[in-house]
Amino acid sequence: MKENNKKPVREESCNTSRRSFLGSLATAAGISLAPGVMLYGIGKPSSAAAATDGASSSVRWGMLIDLSQCDNGCDDCVTACATENGLRGFGRPETDPQWIRKVEMTNPETGHSKSLPVMCQHCEDPPCVDVCPTGASFKRADGIVLVDKHSCIGCRYCMMACPYKARSFVHEALEDQKTHAPRGKGTVESCTLCVHRIDENRQPACVEACSDTGGGAMLFGDLNDPDSEISRRVATYASQQIRADLGLNPGIRYRNL
Amino acid sequence: MKNITYTELEGNGTTFYAMALGLIGVMLAGLGSAFYMEHHGHVVTGMTNQVVWGMPHVFAIFLIVAASGALNVASIGTVFSKPVYKPLGRLSGLLAIALLVGGLVVLVLDLGRPDRLIVAMTRYNFKSIFAWNIFLYVGFLLVVATYLWLQMERRMNRFAKTAGLAAFAWRLVLTTGTGCIFGFLVAREAYDSAIMAPLFIAMSFSYGLAVYLLVLLIACKGSGRELGGVVIRKLGRLLGVFVIAVLYFTALQHLTSLYAAEHAGIERFILLDGGIYTALFWLGQVFLGGLLPLLLVYRTSPSDTQKYRRSVSLASVLVIIGGFAQLYVIVIGGQAYPLDLFPGMEVSSSFHDGAVAAYAPSLPEFVLGLGGVALAGFIVMLGLRVLRFLPASLASADIDPHHKATAELS
Repeated sequence: MKENNKKPVREESCNTSRRSFLGSLATAAGISLAPGVMLYGIGKPSSAAAATDGASSSVRWGMLIDLSQCDNGCDDCVTACATENGLRGFGRPETDPQWIRKVEMTNPETGHSKSLPVMCQHCEDPPCVDVCPTGASFKRADGIVLVDKHSCIGCRYCMMACPYKARSFVHEALEDQKTHAPRGKGTVESCTLCVHRIDENRQPACVEACSDTGGGAMLFGDLNDPDSEISRRVATYASQQIRADLGLNPGIRYRNL
Repeated sequence: MKNITYTELEGNGTTFYAMALGLIGVMLAGLGSAFYMEHHGHVVTGMTNQVVWGMPHVFAIFLIVAASGALNVASIGTVFSKPVYKPLGRLSGLLAIALLVGGLVVLVLDLGRPDRLIVAMTRYNFKSIFAWNIFLYVGFLLVVATYLWLQMERRMNRFAKTAGLAAFAWRLVLTTGTGCIFGFLVAREAYDSAIMAPLFIAMSFSYGLAVYLLVLLIACKGSGRELGGVVIRKLGRLLGVFVIAVLYFTALQHLTSLYAAEHAGIERFILLDGGIYTALFWLGQVFLGGLLPLLLVYRTSPSDTQKYRRSVSLASVLVIIGGFAQLYVIVIGGQAYPLDLFPGMEVSSSFHDGAVAAYAPSLPEFVLGLGGVALAGFIVMLGLRVLRFLPASLASADIDPHHKATAELS
């Protein structure tokens, strides 16, 4: 099919001004955006590896939670986590963040009931890291899964992908944050395994609290070190992972699940 | 068949300016909603830690999916060499760009940190289908813009078919990418299936053509251009085929899921006792968006052009309503159903484990979504006003080489 060779008159009359207008628009857009792109280019970390400096891949931090020692009514680990990381609710359970929670589990066949702490499972193959478009969700060399609060754009795709419902979105402005646990409105967060403590050779706050005032159900350690207590225990006793069928190999293991 | 003359819209009448002002008003309201949400945080929306993607995603995904589908009309003309579709190609490209821009703006403004858009544009995790989609969206805009230019610049017309082929391939990959955003979510029972990709492609065909039909009808009526029965009949019948394709893939999606005992819960939720989601599925998606449009386009006699035009218009509106219902069921319904941490167990917690999540879209979310629709509409109006996208006449005798004047009244 051929088009009409005659140009409409109106096209001629406004052609020049339209082209120059579009040209100016493109130039203005370029001038406005270029410095921002440059600054980000200069300011961003050289690579994702920069975020993992200091952590060693010879270590795989993990936790073994013995549910026979975990009291159904005890939530000391939850309280300790909130205190340590400055998590405060606003009385809005739908949107308030939870890094660790006690889940009540009942077998409908037998009626047997048990409660267990669930937090970020620090997977070896974390879906949240796979789906994050900017690389803000990342796994440290020592197996700890974290969110880089400076590059999280708040798309919440990681929350869609996490099988453990381990992540929270910061729905409102925060005050009085802890310097070791920076958080921000509009970004996603989850259990950091108290990475700031681990880097100081201390135990995560939940583990410490469980040991001090709880049932002593939580054991933290290096799963890669065959001589560590956690490695010896997982080698001796049967342990389970939540949704092991997904093949994510979480670093958080359970006994008597 | 005569040569086709494309002209800009006159756009001097009060109706044109009233429409433009109305759209600008809705766009500003959408922008205001986004600022409100960013200022207060997402706590002012209906979204929670259970339902993390809300109404803005329903709008954004509808617009993005419809964008790739809107390009089909152009593809049929150039790639599949159907001459009747050729005069419709330019509007098809313009609409595709407009819808995609509208959808992306809604998506970006719903981010927790939209100010970090530059981060999303400069840092990529190539294992993420989201990151891939950023390239697919931007690439789509470039490919379609080039395709449009090659169609509109007579000296370059000979390359239009190649560009059309590239754009067609790109749009298939793009919608595959959008479907895979859900298909790759292994832990969510409602998604986690390769069928999401072809389902989304079928949805894009259907929604995109429905939107295209409405825009074409409004633009021709508004500018007093003749729109012959041939175009309406062909596009109406095509819409019927696409609606069947959506119903087919939807049936396959649920039958596959029903076959696996582990998915009985989610299927029961969507199909039987999910309240609003079940109602939206059967009444919105299947009846209003599927069966009724089929009746309208196939049971109305095309020989009565005016009546058929009304049926196709109504069918298009219904397909769009059904499309929103379908996306609401997929996006919100899929999240409302709880994650299965301990298969076979009953669970509960202060974090709403094991409980169906309640979600009620807030006004700002809805207005933000509408803002994206208004932006798409405004881009189309502006495009039609300043460039020659629309043929001066789409009368059957002008565009159909096989048309016999006696065969039709219009």
